[in-house]
Amino acid sequence: SVSHSQITRLYSRFTSLDKGENGTLSREDFQRIPELAINPLGDRIINAFFPDGEDQVNFRGFMRTLAHFRPIEDNEKSKDQNGPEPLNSRSNKLHFAFRLYDLDKDDKISRDELLQVLRMMVGVNISDEQLGSIADRTIQEADQDGDSAISFAEFVKVLEKVDVEQKMSIRFLH
Amino acid sequence: QWATIRLQKGAKKPQPQMPRTPTANGIIERDETPMEKEIALLHRADFEFSHIFYFCRKGFEAIVEDEVTQRFSSEELLSWNLLTRTNVNFHYISLRLTIVWVIGVIVRYCFLLPLRFTLAAIGITSMIVGTTVVGQLPNSSVKNYLSEVVHLTCSRIIVRALSGTIRYHNKENRPQKGGICVANHTSPIDAIILTNDGCYAMVGQVHGGLMGIIQRATVKACPHVWFERSEIKDRHLVTKRLREHVADKSKLPILIFPEGTCINNTSVMMFKKGSFEIGGTIYPVAIKYDPQFGDAFWNSSKYNIVSYLLRIMTSWAIVCNVWYLPPMVRKDNEDAVQFANRVRSAIARQGGLTELPWDGGLKRAKVKDTFKEEQQKNYSKMLVRNGSVG
Repeated sequence: SVSHSQITRLYSRFTSLDKGENGTLSREDFQRIPELAINPLGDRIINAFFPDGEDQVNFRGFMRTLAHFRPIEDNEKSKDQNGPEPLNSRSNKLHFAFRLYDLDKDDKISRDELLQVLRMMVGVNISDEQLGSIADRTIQEADQDGDSAISFAEFVKVLEKVDVEQKMSIRFLH
Repeated sequence: QWATIRLQKGAKKPQPQMPRTPTANGIIERDETPMEKEIALLHRADFEFSHIFYFCRKGFEAIVEDEVTQRFSSEELLSWNLLTRTNVNFHYISLRLTIVWVIGVIVRYCFLLPLRFTLAAIGITSMIVGTTVVGQLPNSSVKNYLSEVVHLTCSRIIVRALSGTIRYHNKENRPQKGGICVANHTSPIDAIILTNDGCYAMVGQVHGGLMGIIQRATVKACPHVWFERSEIKDRHLVTKRLREHVADKSKLPILIFPEGTCINNTSVMMFKKGSFEIGGTIYPVAIKYDPQFGDAFWNSSKYNIVSYLLRIMTSWAIVCNVWYLPPMVRKDNEDAVQFANRVRSAIARQGGLTELPWDGGLKRAKVKDTFKEEQQKNYSKMLVRNGSVG
Protein backbone atom coordinates (compact mmCIF):
# COMPACT_ATOMS: atom_id res chain seq x y z
CA SER A 1 0.00 0.00 0.00
CA VAL A 2 0.97 3.64 -0.01
CA SER A 3 4.17 4.44 1.85
CA HIS A 4 4.29 6.70 4.87
CA SER A 5 6.27 9.39 3.12
CA GLN A 6 3.82 9.42 0.23
CA ILE A 7 0.92 9.91 2.60
CA THR A 8 2.76 12.72 4.34
CA ARG A 9 3.45 14.47 1.08
CA LEU A 10 -0.10 14.09 -0.11
CA TYR A 11 -1.37 15.42 3.20
CA SER A 12 0.98 18.35 2.81
CA ARG A 13 -0.44 18.92 -0.64
CA PHE A 14 -4.00 18.61 0.67
CA THR A 15 -3.41 21.26 3.32
CA SER A 16 -1.73 23.61 0.88
CA LEU A 17 -4.80 23.39 -1.37
CA ASP A 18 -7.13 23.89 1.58
CA LYS A 19 -7.19 27.67 1.64
CA GLY A 20 -10.10 27.78 4.04
CA GLU A 21 -8.10 25.70 6.49
CA ASN A 22 -11.10 23.68 7.56
CA GLY A 23 -9.80 20.22 6.74
CA THR A 24 -11.82 19.83 3.58
CA LEU A 25 -11.49 20.84 -0.03
CA SER A 26 -14.21 22.47 -2.06
CA ARG A 27 -14.51 22.65 -5.83
CA GLU A 28 -13.02 26.15 -5.77
CA ASP A 29 -9.90 24.83 -4.09
CA PHE A 30 -9.33 22.51 -7.03
CA GLN A 31 -10.07 25.19 -9.58
CA ARG A 32 -7.30 27.29 -8.18
CA ILE A 33 -4.79 24.93 -9.75
CA PRO A 34 -4.08 26.57 -13.11
CA GLU A 35 -3.09 23.37 -14.91
CA LEU A 36 -6.35 21.77 -13.82
CA ALA A 37 -8.44 24.81 -14.64
CA ILE A 38 -7.30 24.77 -18.24
CA ASN A 39 -7.86 21.03 -18.64
CA PRO A 40 -10.91 20.52 -20.88
CA LEU A 41 -12.12 17.72 -18.62
CA GLY A 42 -11.23 19.65 -15.49
CA ASP A 43 -14.76 19.90 -14.16
CA ARG A 44 -15.45 16.18 -14.62
CA ILE A 45 -12.22 15.30 -12.87
CA ILE A 46 -13.06 17.58 -9.97
CA ASN A 47 -16.50 15.99 -9.77
CA ALA A 48 -14.88 12.60 -9.28
CA PHE A 49 -13.81 13.78 -5.84
CA PHE A 50 -17.38 14.55 -4.80
CA PRO A 51 -19.18 11.32 -5.57
CA ASP A 52 -22.21 11.69 -3.35
CA GLY A 53 -23.24 15.15 -4.43
CA GLU A 54 -21.56 16.78 -1.47
CA ASP A 55 -19.57 20.00 -1.64
CA GLN A 56 -16.61 19.14 0.50
CA VAL A 57 -14.09 16.33 0.44
CA ASN A 58 -11.89 15.38 3.38
CA PHE A 59 -8.45 13.87 3.22
CA ARG A 60 -9.77 10.34 3.31
CA GLY A 61 -11.97 10.97 0.28
CA PHE A 62 -9.09 12.76 -1.43
CA MET A 63 -6.84 9.74 -0.98
CA ARG A 64 -9.56 7.32 -2.04
CA THR A 65 -10.00 9.04 -5.37
CA LEU A 66 -6.28 9.40 -5.91
CA ALA A 67 -5.84 5.72 -5.10
CA HIS A 68 -7.29 4.86 -8.49
CA PHE A 69 -4.09 6.20 -10.00
CA ARG A 70 -1.62 4.13 -8.11
CA PRO A 71 0.50 2.02 -10.42
CA ILE A 72 -0.66 -1.57 -10.59
CA GLU A 73 2.73 -3.01 -9.75
CA ASP A 74 2.28 -1.71 -6.20
CA ASN A 75 -0.27 -4.48 -5.75
CA GLU A 76 2.35 -7.16 -6.20
CA LYS A 77 3.59 -6.43 -2.73
CA SER A 78 0.30 -6.96 -0.99
CA LYS A 79 -1.40 -9.90 -2.55
CA ASP A 80 -4.66 -10.30 -0.73
CA GLN A 81 -6.71 -12.76 -2.73
CA ASN A 82 -9.62 -12.79 -0.37
CA GLY A 83 -9.93 -9.08 0.16
CA PRO A 84 -11.86 -6.64 -2.00
CA GLU A 85 -10.32 -5.75 -5.31
CA PRO A 86 -7.89 -2.85 -4.88
CA LEU A 87 -8.99 0.52 -6.23
CA ASN A 88 -6.16 0.67 -8.71
CA SER A 89 -6.81 -2.64 -10.47
CA ARG A 90 -7.20 -2.47 -14.20
CA SER A 91 -10.88 -3.11 -13.87
CA ASN A 92 -11.39 -0.34 -11.34
CA LYS A 93 -9.34 2.10 -13.37
CA LEU A 94 -11.58 1.37 -16.30
CA HIS A 95 -14.61 1.76 -14.10
CA PHE A 96 -13.33 5.14 -12.99
CA ALA A 97 -12.96 6.26 -16.59
CA PHE A 98 -16.38 4.84 -17.42
CA ARG A 99 -17.93 6.93 -14.67
CA LEU A 100 -16.40 10.07 -16.17
CA TYR A 101 -18.63 9.48 -19.16
CA ASP A 102 -21.66 8.02 -17.42
CA LEU A 103 -23.07 11.07 -15.66
CA ASP A 104 -26.47 9.67 -14.68
CA LYS A 105 -24.90 6.51 -13.34
CA ASP A 106 -27.17 4.13 -15.18
CA ASP A 107 -24.20 1.94 -16.17
CA LYS A 108 -24.56 2.92 -19.80
CA ILE A 109 -22.90 5.61 -21.86
CA SER A 110 -25.65 7.08 -23.96
CA ARG A 111 -25.17 9.09 -27.15
CA ASP A 112 -25.91 12.28 -25.23
CA GLU A 113 -23.41 11.50 -22.52
CA LEU A 114 -20.76 10.80 -25.10
CA LEU A 115 -21.60 14.02 -26.90
CA GLN A 116 -21.24 15.96 -23.68
CA VAL A 117 -17.73 14.70 -23.08
CA LEU A 118 -16.79 15.25 -26.70
CA ARG A 119 -18.06 18.80 -26.53
CA MET A 120 -15.95 19.46 -23.43
CA MET A 121 -12.86 18.22 -25.21
CA VAL A 122 -13.26 20.08 -28.50
CA GLY A 123 -14.79 23.32 -27.29
CA VAL A 124 -16.30 25.37 -30.09
CA ASN A 125 -14.06 24.09 -32.82
CA ILE A 126 -16.26 21.34 -34.25
CA SER A 127 -19.88 21.70 -35.38
CA ASP A 128 -22.75 19.83 -33.80
CA GLU A 129 -23.20 17.79 -36.96
CA GLN A 130 -19.61 16.68 -37.18
CA LEU A 131 -19.54 15.90 -33.49
CA GLY A 132 -22.76 13.94 -33.82
CA SER A 133 -21.36 11.75 -36.54
CA ILE A 134 -18.18 11.14 -34.56
CA ALA A 135 -20.32 10.04 -31.63
CA ASP A 136 -22.50 7.83 -33.80
CA ARG A 137 -19.55 6.11 -35.36
CA THR A 138 -17.86 5.54 -32.02
CA ILE A 139 -20.98 3.98 -30.53
CA GLN A 140 -21.64 1.87 -33.60
CA GLU A 141 -18.19 0.35 -33.49
CA ALA A 142 -18.32 -0.50 -29.81
CA ASP A 143 -21.98 -1.41 -29.43
CA GLN A 144 -22.41 -5.16 -29.49
CA ASP A 145 -25.90 -5.70 -28.18
CA GLY A 146 -27.45 -3.08 -30.44
CA ASP A 147 -28.95 -0.82 -27.79
CA SER A 148 -27.13 2.28 -29.11
CA ALA A 149 -25.42 2.73 -25.79
CA ILE A 150 -22.20 1.46 -24.35
CA SER A 151 -22.33 -0.78 -21.32
CA PHE A 152 -19.33 -1.30 -19.08
CA ALA A 153 -18.60 -4.68 -20.67
CA GLU A 154 -18.59 -3.16 -24.15
CA PHE A 155 -16.37 -0.35 -22.83
CA VAL A 156 -13.88 -2.85 -21.48
CA LYS A 157 -13.87 -4.78 -24.77
CA VAL A 158 -13.09 -1.66 -26.80
CA LEU A 159 -10.16 -0.85 -24.54
CA GLU A 160 -8.77 -4.36 -24.21
CA LYS A 161 -5.67 -3.55 -26.23
CA VAL A 162 -4.98 -0.25 -24.50
CA ASP A 163 -2.34 -0.10 -21.80
CA VAL A 164 -4.68 1.25 -19.17
CA GLU A 165 -2.22 0.59 -16.39
CA GLN A 166 0.34 2.91 -17.86
CA LYS A 167 -2.04 5.63 -19.00
CA MET A 168 -4.00 5.87 -15.79
CA SER A 169 -1.17 5.73 -13.27
CA ILE A 170 0.87 8.29 -11.42
CA ARG A 171 4.27 7.23 -10.18
CA PHE A 172 5.86 8.73 -7.11
CA LEU A 173 9.53 9.54 -7.28
CA HIS A 174 10.30 8.32 -3.79
CA GLN B 1 18.06 11.76 5.01
CA TRP B 2 17.98 14.59 7.49
CA ALA B 3 21.64 15.51 7.34
CA THR B 4 22.40 17.89 10.15
CA ILE B 5 24.20 20.91 8.86
CA ARG B 6 26.64 22.38 11.28
CA LEU B 7 26.83 25.97 10.24
CA GLN B 8 29.74 27.91 11.49
CA LYS B 9 28.06 30.42 13.73
CA GLY B 10 28.11 33.79 12.07
CA ALA B 11 29.52 32.37 8.89
CA LYS B 12 30.00 35.33 6.63
CA LYS B 13 32.00 33.79 3.83
CA PRO B 14 30.52 30.59 2.43
CA GLN B 15 31.91 28.80 -0.60
CA PRO B 16 31.19 30.47 -3.93
CA GLN B 17 27.96 29.18 -5.39
CA MET B 18 27.93 27.86 -8.90
CA PRO B 19 24.59 28.28 -10.61
CA ARG B 20 22.96 24.91 -10.20
CA THR B 21 20.51 23.26 -12.52
CA PRO B 22 17.02 23.19 -11.05
CA THR B 23 16.76 20.18 -8.74
CA ALA B 24 14.04 17.70 -9.56
CA ASN B 25 12.25 18.31 -6.29
CA GLY B 26 9.01 16.94 -7.55
CA ILE B 27 7.09 14.15 -5.91
CA ILE B 28 5.71 12.47 -8.98
CA GLU B 29 7.06 11.38 -12.29
CA ARG B 30 5.53 13.67 -14.89
CA ASP B 31 4.95 12.16 -18.28
CA GLU B 32 5.77 14.95 -20.67
CA THR B 33 4.55 13.25 -23.85
CA PRO B 34 2.73 15.93 -25.78
CA MET B 35 -0.95 15.46 -26.55
CA GLU B 36 -0.39 14.82 -30.23
CA LYS B 37 2.08 12.03 -29.67
CA GLU B 38 0.14 10.28 -26.96
CA ILE B 39 -3.24 10.35 -28.59
CA ALA B 40 -1.95 9.64 -32.06
CA LEU B 41 -0.12 6.62 -30.71
CA LEU B 42 -3.42 4.78 -30.64
CA HIS B 43 -3.73 2.80 -33.79
CA ARG B 44 -6.85 4.44 -35.03
CA ALA B 45 -6.96 8.15 -35.60
CA ASP B 46 -10.57 9.07 -34.85
CA PHE B 47 -12.06 9.60 -31.50
CA GLU B 48 -11.52 6.79 -29.05
CA PHE B 49 -12.85 6.28 -25.57
CA SER B 50 -9.28 6.13 -24.40
CA HIS B 51 -8.57 9.72 -25.39
CA ILE B 52 -9.89 10.86 -22.08
CA PHE B 53 -7.08 8.99 -20.34
CA TYR B 54 -4.67 11.67 -21.46
CA PHE B 55 -6.68 14.54 -20.02
CA CYS B 56 -7.59 12.51 -17.00
CA ARG B 57 -4.05 11.68 -16.06
CA LYS B 58 -2.86 15.22 -16.72
CA GLY B 59 -5.62 16.46 -14.46
CA PHE B 60 -4.68 14.14 -11.63
CA GLU B 61 -1.00 14.89 -11.99
CA ALA B 62 -1.86 18.57 -11.62
CA ILE B 63 -3.89 17.82 -8.50
CA VAL B 64 -1.04 15.96 -6.86
CA GLU B 65 1.59 18.44 -7.90
CA ASP B 66 1.42 21.39 -10.23
CA GLU B 67 4.08 23.68 -11.57
CA VAL B 68 2.45 26.93 -10.62
CA THR B 69 1.01 26.95 -7.10
CA GLN B 70 4.21 25.58 -5.64
CA ARG B 71 6.02 28.74 -6.74
CA PHE B 72 3.92 30.81 -4.41
CA SER B 73 5.15 29.07 -1.31
CA SER B 74 8.62 28.58 0.01
CA GLU B 75 10.93 26.08 -1.55
CA GLU B 76 11.32 22.82 0.29
CA LEU B 77 14.84 21.98 1.31
CA LEU B 78 16.37 18.57 0.80
CA SER B 79 18.23 18.73 4.07
CA TRP B 80 17.21 20.65 7.10
CA ASN B 81 18.91 23.90 8.06
CA LEU B 82 17.80 23.97 11.70
CA LEU B 83 14.94 26.37 11.16
CA THR B 84 11.56 24.85 11.98
CA ARG B 85 9.94 27.08 9.45
CA THR B 86 11.61 25.21 6.62
CA ASN B 87 10.76 21.82 8.03
CA VAL B 88 7.33 21.01 6.71
CA ASN B 89 7.07 17.53 8.13
CA PHE B 90 8.41 18.23 11.55
CA HIS B 91 8.89 15.23 13.74
CA TYR B 92 11.24 14.34 16.50
CA ILE B 93 14.48 12.74 15.30
CA SER B 94 16.92 12.67 18.15
CA LEU B 95 17.72 14.42 21.38
CA ARG B 96 20.99 15.73 20.06
CA LEU B 97 19.34 17.36 17.10
CA THR B 98 16.74 18.98 19.30
CA ILE B 99 19.44 20.40 21.57
CA VAL B 100 21.29 21.78 18.61
CA TRP B 101 18.09 23.34 17.40
CA VAL B 102 17.35 24.92 20.77
CA ILE B 103 20.82 26.43 20.87
CA GLY B 104 20.16 27.73 17.40
CA VAL B 105 16.92 29.35 18.48
CA ILE B 106 18.59 31.05 21.43
CA VAL B 107 21.40 32.34 19.27
CA ARG B 108 19.07 33.60 16.61
CA TYR B 109 16.47 35.27 18.74
CA CYS B 110 18.44 36.52 21.70
CA PHE B 111 21.70 37.43 20.10
CA LEU B 112 21.36 37.97 16.38
CA LEU B 113 17.95 39.56 16.36
CA PRO B 114 18.61 42.52 18.69
CA LEU B 115 21.91 43.16 16.96
CA ARG B 116 20.33 43.15 13.55
CA PHE B 117 17.39 45.23 14.64
CA THR B 118 19.66 47.92 16.00
CA LEU B 119 21.70 47.99 12.85
CA ALA B 120 18.61 48.18 10.70
CA ALA B 121 17.25 51.03 12.77
CA ILE B 122 20.54 52.90 12.39
CA GLY B 123 20.55 52.23 8.68
CA ILE B 124 17.03 53.40 8.06
CA THR B 125 17.37 56.49 10.22
CA SER B 126 20.56 57.57 8.52
CA MET B 127 18.94 56.98 5.17
CA ILE B 128 16.04 59.26 6.03
CA VAL B 129 18.17 61.90 7.68
CA GLY B 130 20.94 61.73 5.10
CA THR B 131 18.69 62.00 2.08
CA THR B 132 16.69 64.81 3.62
CA VAL B 133 19.86 66.77 4.25
CA VAL B 134 21.21 66.13 0.79
CA GLY B 135 17.81 66.97 -0.61
CA GLN B 136 18.13 70.51 0.62
CA LEU B 137 21.05 71.18 -1.67
CA PRO B 138 20.47 72.70 -5.07
CA ASN B 139 20.76 70.34 -8.01
CA SER B 140 24.38 69.83 -8.91
CA SER B 141 26.90 67.13 -9.45
CA VAL B 142 27.95 67.50 -5.82
CA LYS B 143 24.40 66.69 -4.78
CA ASN B 144 24.33 63.65 -6.99
CA TYR B 145 27.60 62.46 -5.60
CA LEU B 146 26.51 62.95 -2.01
CA SER B 147 23.20 61.28 -2.73
CA GLU B 148 25.02 58.27 -4.06
CA VAL B 149 27.23 58.13 -1.01
CA VAL B 150 24.28 58.29 1.35
CA HIS B 151 22.30 55.67 -0.53
CA LEU B 152 25.21 53.28 -0.76
CA THR B 153 26.29 53.64 2.82
CA CYS B 154 22.85 53.19 4.29
CA SER B 155 22.16 50.31 1.99
CA ARG B 156 25.32 48.62 3.19
CA ILE B 157 24.34 49.12 6.79
CA ILE B 158 20.96 47.57 6.16
CA VAL B 159 22.49 44.63 4.36
CA ARG B 160 24.76 44.04 7.32
CA ALA B 161 21.69 44.22 9.48
CA LEU B 162 20.31 41.26 7.61
CA SER B 163 23.62 39.44 7.72
CA GLY B 164 23.70 39.55 4.02
CA THR B 165 26.48 38.00 2.05
CA ILE B 166 26.25 38.93 -1.55
CA ARG B 167 28.49 37.92 -4.39
CA TYR B 168 28.31 40.08 -7.46
CA HIS B 169 29.37 38.52 -10.71
CA ASN B 170 30.32 40.22 -13.95
CA LYS B 171 30.45 43.69 -12.53
CA GLU B 172 31.48 45.01 -15.91
CA ASN B 173 27.87 44.60 -17.00
CA ARG B 174 26.57 46.79 -14.25
CA PRO B 175 23.62 48.92 -15.36
CA GLN B 176 24.52 52.30 -16.79
CA LYS B 177 22.74 55.61 -16.58
CA GLY B 178 19.74 55.95 -18.82
CA GLY B 179 19.14 52.22 -18.85
CA ILE B 180 16.58 49.92 -17.32
CA CYS B 181 17.60 47.27 -14.86
CA VAL B 182 15.39 44.20 -14.83
CA ALA B 183 15.55 41.41 -12.28
CA ASN B 184 13.60 38.47 -10.95
CA HIS B 185 11.59 39.18 -7.83
CA THR B 186 11.65 37.18 -4.64
CA SER B 187 11.27 39.66 -1.84
CA PRO B 188 11.30 43.36 -1.01
CA ILE B 189 14.93 42.91 -0.06
CA ASP B 190 15.86 42.46 -3.72
CA ALA B 191 16.02 46.21 -4.11
CA ILE B 192 18.38 46.61 -1.19
CA ILE B 193 20.57 43.79 -2.48
CA LEU B 194 20.99 45.66 -5.72
CA THR B 195 21.45 49.12 -4.29
CA ASN B 196 24.24 47.72 -2.21
CA ASP B 197 26.38 47.78 -5.31
CA GLY B 198 25.12 50.70 -7.31
CA CYS B 199 22.59 53.46 -7.39
CA TYR B 200 19.26 53.06 -9.04
CA ALA B 201 16.13 55.05 -9.50
CA MET B 202 13.44 53.01 -7.82
CA VAL B 203 10.03 52.60 -9.31
CA GLY B 204 7.07 51.85 -7.17
CA GLN B 205 3.86 52.77 -5.52
CA VAL B 206 3.65 55.35 -2.79
CA HIS B 207 3.05 53.70 0.57
CA GLY B 208 2.02 55.07 3.91
CA GLY B 209 3.82 54.68 7.18
CA LEU B 210 7.53 54.21 7.54
CA MET B 211 7.91 53.21 3.91
CA GLY B 212 6.21 56.42 2.86
CA ILE B 213 8.58 58.49 4.97
CA ILE B 214 11.55 56.78 3.39
CA GLN B 215 10.10 57.33 -0.06
CA ARG B 216 9.44 61.02 0.50
CA ALA B 217 12.89 61.58 1.93
CA THR B 218 14.83 59.74 -0.73
CA VAL B 219 13.02 61.29 -3.65
CA LYS B 220 14.37 64.70 -2.64
CA ALA B 221 17.93 63.53 -3.04
CA CYS B 222 17.56 61.31 -6.04
CA PRO B 223 14.92 61.15 -8.79
CA HIS B 224 13.10 57.98 -7.81
CA VAL B 225 9.83 57.39 -9.58
CA TRP B 226 7.02 56.98 -7.08
CA PHE B 227 3.49 56.58 -8.34
CA GLU B 228 0.25 57.29 -6.58
CA ARG B 229 -2.07 54.35 -6.43
CA SER B 230 -4.44 55.90 -8.95
CA GLU B 231 -1.64 56.57 -11.40
CA ILE B 232 -0.53 52.96 -11.45
CA LYS B 233 -3.79 51.94 -13.10
CA ASP B 234 -3.09 54.18 -16.05
CA ARG B 235 -0.58 52.22 -18.04
CA HIS B 236 0.08 55.00 -20.53
CA LEU B 237 0.91 57.42 -17.79
CA VAL B 238 3.31 54.98 -16.25
CA THR B 239 5.01 54.27 -19.56
CA LYS B 240 5.24 57.97 -20.34
CA ARG B 241 6.90 58.88 -17.08
CA LEU B 242 9.35 56.01 -17.35
CA ARG B 243 10.14 56.94 -20.92
CA GLU B 244 10.95 60.48 -19.89
CA HIS B 245 13.23 59.22 -17.19
CA VAL B 246 15.07 56.88 -19.51
CA ALA B 247 15.44 59.51 -22.20
CA ASP B 248 17.46 61.63 -19.81
CA LYS B 249 20.84 59.95 -20.05
CA SER B 250 22.11 61.60 -16.93
CA LYS B 251 19.53 59.94 -14.77
CA LEU B 252 20.22 56.78 -12.83
CA PRO B 253 19.04 53.47 -14.29
CA ILE B 254 15.53 52.44 -13.33
CA LEU B 255 15.02 49.28 -11.35
CA ILE B 256 12.02 47.21 -12.35
CA PHE B 257 10.76 43.75 -11.39
CA PRO B 258 8.66 42.68 -14.34
CA GLU B 259 7.14 39.61 -12.71
CA GLY B 260 4.98 41.98 -10.75
CA THR B 261 4.92 39.83 -7.64
CA CYS B 262 7.20 37.79 -5.41
CA ILE B 263 8.00 34.29 -6.62
CA ASN B 264 9.76 31.74 -4.51
CA ASN B 265 13.12 31.88 -6.28
CA THR B 266 12.90 28.50 -7.95
CA SER B 267 11.53 29.83 -11.19
CA VAL B 268 10.97 32.93 -13.25
CA MET B 269 7.41 33.59 -14.27
CA MET B 270 6.01 35.65 -17.06
CA PHE B 271 7.40 39.15 -17.44
CA LYS B 272 4.89 41.94 -17.89
CA LYS B 273 5.61 43.49 -21.22
CA GLY B 274 5.17 47.09 -20.07
CA SER B 275 8.79 47.54 -19.04
CA PHE B 276 9.94 46.27 -22.39
CA GLU B 277 7.94 48.75 -24.38
CA ILE B 278 9.71 51.78 -22.96
CA GLY B 279 12.72 51.44 -25.18
CA GLY B 280 16.27 51.95 -24.11
CA THR B 281 18.80 49.40 -23.05
CA ILE B 282 17.80 46.62 -20.72
CA TYR B 283 20.32 45.38 -18.18
CA PRO B 284 19.13 41.99 -16.93
CA VAL B 285 20.15 40.88 -13.49
CA ALA B 286 19.68 37.44 -11.99
CA ILE B 287 19.32 37.11 -8.23
CA LYS B 288 19.53 33.70 -6.60
CA TYR B 289 19.30 33.22 -2.87
CA ASP B 290 20.86 30.28 -1.14
CA PRO B 291 18.00 28.66 0.75
CA GLN B 292 20.26 26.86 3.22
CA PHE B 293 20.83 29.98 5.25
CA GLY B 294 17.41 31.48 5.24
CA ASP B 295 14.31 31.74 3.16
CA ALA B 296 14.10 35.10 1.49
CA PHE B 297 10.78 34.57 -0.24
CA TRP B 298 7.94 36.80 0.90
CA ASN B 299 4.67 34.90 0.81
CA SER B 300 2.47 37.97 1.02
CA SER B 301 -0.73 35.99 1.37
CA LYS B 302 0.62 34.21 4.40
CA TYR B 303 2.79 36.78 6.17
CA ASN B 304 2.60 40.51 6.42
CA ILE B 305 5.69 42.65 6.00
CA VAL B 306 6.46 42.87 9.70
CA SER B 307 6.43 39.15 10.36
CA TYR B 308 8.35 38.70 7.14
CA LEU B 309 11.11 41.02 8.33
CA LEU B 310 11.14 39.23 11.65
CA ARG B 311 11.66 35.92 9.91
CA ILE B 312 14.45 37.38 7.82
CA MET B 313 16.17 38.77 10.87
CA THR B 314 16.01 35.47 12.69
CA SER B 315 17.42 33.40 9.87
CA TRP B 316 21.02 32.43 9.82
CA ALA B 317 21.94 34.80 7.04
CA ILE B 318 20.88 36.01 3.66
CA VAL B 319 23.27 34.60 1.14
CA CYS B 320 22.80 35.32 -2.47
CA ASN B 321 24.43 35.59 -5.84
CA VAL B 322 23.83 38.43 -8.20
CA TRP B 323 24.78 38.09 -11.83
CA TYR B 324 24.91 41.14 -14.05
CA LEU B 325 24.07 40.02 -17.57
CA PRO B 326 25.20 41.76 -20.75
CA PRO B 327 22.82 44.49 -21.87
CA MET B 328 20.06 43.67 -24.31
CA VAL B 329 18.19 45.78 -26.77
CA ARG B 330 14.94 45.00 -28.56
CA LYS B 331 15.57 43.73 -32.05
CA ASP B 332 13.64 45.12 -34.99
CA ASN B 333 11.80 41.92 -35.74
CA GLU B 334 10.64 41.13 -32.25
CA ASP B 335 7.78 42.63 -30.30
CA ALA B 336 7.74 43.50 -26.64
CA VAL B 337 6.49 40.07 -25.55
CA GLN B 338 9.20 38.20 -27.45
CA PHE B 339 11.81 40.57 -26.14
CA ALA B 340 10.53 40.06 -22.61
CA ASN B 341 10.78 36.29 -23.04
CA ARG B 342 14.28 36.55 -24.39
CA VAL B 343 15.42 38.56 -21.39
CA ARG B 344 13.61 36.16 -19.09
CA SER B 345 15.38 33.14 -20.58
CA ALA B 346 18.73 34.78 -20.09
CA ILE B 347 17.98 35.50 -16.45
CA ALA B 348 16.58 32.03 -15.80
CA ARG B 349 19.54 30.32 -17.41
CA GLN B 350 22.06 32.32 -15.43
CA GLY B 351 20.37 31.88 -12.11
CA GLY B 352 19.60 28.21 -12.56
CA LEU B 353 15.87 28.83 -12.35
CA THR B 354 13.12 27.17 -14.34
CA GLU B 355 11.18 29.24 -16.79
CA LEU B 356 7.45 29.08 -16.54
CA PRO B 357 5.06 30.48 -19.11
CA TRP B 358 2.58 31.28 -16.36
CA ASP B 359 1.68 34.71 -15.05
CA GLY B 360 2.70 35.56 -11.52
CA GLY B 361 -0.71 37.12 -11.17
CA LEU B 362 -2.11 33.61 -10.79
CA LYS B 363 -1.12 33.91 -7.17
CA ARG B 364 -4.35 35.76 -6.68
CA ALA B 365 -6.33 35.65 -9.89
CA LYS B 366 -7.94 32.84 -11.87
CA VAL B 367 -6.37 31.60 -15.05
CA LYS B 368 -7.77 32.94 -18.31
CA ASP B 369 -10.14 30.78 -20.31
CA THR B 370 -8.05 31.26 -23.43
CA PHE B 371 -5.63 28.61 -22.24
CA LYS B 372 -8.36 26.01 -21.98
CA GLU B 373 -9.65 27.05 -25.39
CA GLU B 374 -6.19 26.50 -26.78
CA GLN B 375 -6.14 22.94 -25.47
CA GLN B 376 -9.55 22.31 -26.97
CA LYS B 377 -8.41 23.72 -30.26
CA ASN B 378 -5.36 21.47 -30.37
CA TYR B 379 -7.42 18.41 -29.66
CA SER B 380 -10.00 19.33 -32.29
CA LYS B 381 -7.30 19.79 -34.87
CA MET B 382 -6.14 16.25 -34.29
CA LEU B 383 -9.62 14.80 -34.57
CA VAL B 384 -10.49 16.61 -37.75
CA ARG B 385 -7.15 16.09 -39.40
CA ASN B 386 -6.93 12.39 -38.81
CA GLY B 387 -10.46 11.12 -38.90
CA SER B 388 -12.87 11.21 -41.76
CA VAL B 389 -15.38 13.53 -40.22
CA GLY B 390 -19.00 13.85 -41.31
